[in-house]
Amino acid sequence: MQTENLIAAGFTDPVFQSQAAFRAVLAALSEPGTVQTVSGAILPPDGLCAATATALLTLADYETPIFLPQQLRDGPAGAWLRFHCGAAILDAPAGAAFAVIDSASATPPLAAFDLGHDQFPDRSATVLVQCTALTGGESVTLSGPGIAGNRSIAPQGLRPGFWAEVAANAELYPLGVDLILTCGNALIGLPRTTQIEETA
Amino acid sequence: MNAHQTLPADDAKPAYNYAYLDEQTKRMIRRALLKAVAVPGYQVPFGSREMPLARGWGTGGIQVTAAIIGPDDTLKVIDQGADDTTNAVSIRRFFERTADARTTEATEEATIIQTRHRIPEAPLKAGQIMVYQVPTPEPLRRLEPREAETRKMHAWAEYGLMQVKLYENIARFGEVTTTYDYPVMVNGRYVMAPSPIPKFDNPKMHMSPALQLFGAGREKRIYALPPHTSVKSLDFDDHPFRIQSWNEPCGLCGATDSYLDEVVTDDKGGRMFVCSDSHHCETRREAGHRGAMLADASALHLVEEVKS
Amino acid sequence: MYVAVKGGEAAILATHDLVAEARRGNESVPELKVAQIREQQGLACARVMNEGSLYDLDLAALALKQAQGDAIEAAFLMRAYRTTLPRFGSSEPVDTAQMAIRRRISATYKDLPGGQVLGPTYDYTHRLFDFALMDEGQSAIGSRQSKTVEQPDCRLPTADCLDSHMPRVPDILGAEGLMEAEAPPEGDPRPFDLTREPVSFPADRDVRLQAMARGDEGFLLGLGYSVQRGYGGNHPFVGEIRVGEVCVEFVPEELGFSVDLGEITLTECQMVNQFQGSKDVAPQFTRGYGLSFGHSERKAMSMSLVDRALKCREFGEAANYPAQQDEFVLYHSDNVEAAGFVEHLKLPHYVDFQGELELIRRITREREQRLAREQDTLPEAAE
Repeated sequence: MQTENLIAAGFTDPVFQSQAAFRAVLAALSEPGTVQTVSGAILPPDGLCAATATALLTLADYETPIFLPQQLRDGPAGAWLRFHCGAAILDAPAGAAFAVIDSASATPPLAAFDLGHDQFPDRSATVLVQCTALTGGESVTLSGPGIAGNRSIAPQGLRPGFWAEVAANAELYPLGVDLILTCGNALIGLPRTTQIEETA
Repeated sequence: MNAHQTLPADDAKPAYNYAYLDEQTKRMIRRALLKAVAVPGYQVPFGSREMPLARGWGTGGIQVTAAIIGPDDTLKVIDQGADDTTNAVSIRRFFERTADARTTEATEEATIIQTRHRIPEAPLKAGQIMVYQVPTPEPLRRLEPREAETRKMHAWAEYGLMQVKLYENIARFGEVTTTYDYPVMVNGRYVMAPSPIPKFDNPKMHMSPALQLFGAGREKRIYALPPHTSVKSLDFDDHPFRIQSWNEPCGLCGATDSYLDEVVTDDKGGRMFVCSDSHHCETRREAGHRGAMLADASALHLVEEVKS
Repeated sequence: MYVAVKGGEAAILATHDLVAEARRGNESVPELKVAQIREQQGLACARVMNEGSLYDLDLAALALKQAQGDAIEAAFLMRAYRTTLPRFGSSEPVDTAQMAIRRRISATYKDLPGGQVLGPTYDYTHRLFDFALMDEGQSAIGSRQSKTVEQPDCRLPTADCLDSHMPRVPDILGAEGLMEAEAPPEGDPRPFDLTREPVSFPADRDVRLQAMARGDEGFLLGLGYSVQRGYGGNHPFVGEIRVGEVCVEFVPEELGFSVDLGEITLTECQMVNQFQGSKDVAPQFTRGYGLSFGHSERKAMSMSLVDRALKCREFGEAANYPAQQDEFVLYHSDNVEAAGFVEHLKLPHYVDFQGELELIRRITREREQRLAREQDTLPEAAE
């Protein structure tokens, strides 16, 4: 493979860029529904938005297999993640610590990812859902830990039935996947503890 | 075959990395922290590293702080509520040396507060992160020493043993005699050890606007409370949870609503009570609050009178 | 106005100075050189390397010097340094069958290929002080006691006088089908590394052996002894103890063939234990294995006793005693962790203690009030 030349740079200052990005992800999952931004310090490969690429660069390594849809897996995104994170790229959801999915794509369902084990609920996947926008869509109301009262979000470009899947995932608590919705350099965390109410 | 543990280039520096831990270790801790936040009160096992400070001396809290701290942070370190306790000084120096950390004693200025045994008296704010040093993360450990068993109890939310123990206490002494590390129920699901804070501080955890992270280095567990999370001290309808109270105010600042330390002043039964939160007490004195024994305290070298 | 008196930082700095002073001792006595410790306190260095989980004689000697000879403090220094070292990969497994032997004894056979090689051992020294050592320059090398022995050529084992073929005793039993075979787990996975990943239970043998290899010698000695006394019920024989040098080889990914990194000294102990077979399995001896850095027989022997005891689950034996319980052994054998937690009790606990004081005073007061009330009501009740 002649990918060497195709692989774009990662962090220029890994220690501090990953620290700042981690705090954004930590804030996102601690306060579900808030929009956090990662400073646009990297040029993501084709198919990944800056927030997705930055989050994976910050969190993934040889210990954490990543699921990518086929198109990303075979393109620059797969090569970029293999090179910069040293992560195994999986073609099936099972066994993935992290996953990137397209918000509009019908597959894979959230329930196909590792949901954790009753003795080890931490062993579940974190799924990055790449959206067309994080605002302007149909609004849903969130409640649960990290939210004083409730909070509304309205991401765009989600597949039909997405919120029902997220609500079903929350039903599994303390098992379930944790979601990070991304677009551009912004992200929203939706851990399994968040209850979803569709406004419509 | 030779299985390599690949290291990113940023680990190859000859000097210690920023905040001591290598980047791979920070990633591992950060992943554990995110799962801890996603399952409040559940103890996430992590690959706790050997630290240059002794196990039991805050290595869990130090690893958590090292994994989150950055140049924008201001760090406060307290032990027993005070910034000047020897181990707090030692840990603060560690981060000043390894992370060039900006430090403070002022609770409201801090973005990260690493603590052992106390939550500050001043209310925490949104955006602040509390990092607790935890000796025994397993709230059921004294009832069941085997990890394989306690893990099942958490998995099945089987907390009858804890209820029985608390009730036996009441039968014997008329009340629950646990005064610190008083177990709490988190988000209605996991029983959690709040670390050995006095039960006086338990109510501060409930629905706190701050993010609370817990690190147990020797026991290799991380757990968390996101902001605005329900944290209920275990109790019974006929024996509701109650916190400590004192008959007298702080001898230095006159506070009646803070947790007090006892200072023995002579061997004839003389003693005085002072705020355990040293910054809280100083802030009050600066605002003009004076306790009944402030002048005497000068003689005891607890405080010094400064001529301004 | 009043400000709090703060002495914490100054007090801490003063302790560092005082430690340096105490370490140096009387300055009229020459300072120890690290090389002297390395060469003349080799067994202490071996213990520090084992419990510090790092094979580096110079650093072990430095650690002992810096820690004033406190083995656990020295191991702690090694561990805290080791954890910061980048890892290049894992070596090929060392082959103890190819060991350059310095000492090799078996308690199960009177003689065997390669023979019994006593090597350097304290076993047959009478523990009588050698007061000559009080004075420098009087060490025993100049006046070898073995001069009178008939075969002077083999006083010290060298490659020339030792049999090059030195099969390991359990291999001899294995060839006869009498020794429990040990095959790597399916797929020969990389062994677990408890310094990088959290342990869960039940723990596999690779985890147990790693934990014991870095575990406290005294703790393992006590546990091994408890097994012998009946808290575990094994009947071990020392199949073999061997001490010597082995080569460490490494295959760099870019070369694809192994390169020799050098030699390390190891002590290996294999205990032979009886095992009653079942209907399906013919009776075989079972193995307890111990391996340690440097010359450290007591450690390797203790480890092999506990290793066999911990195999109880695999053999369907009851796990009634501490040495048979992996959680107990693994959680308590690490002396750096144990020392840290025991010694953390020195840290201030006055907040928690105040909580206890408040409680006990209140319970006492309420009890006295209750007793007083009962006293008051008693005469009426008597009427």
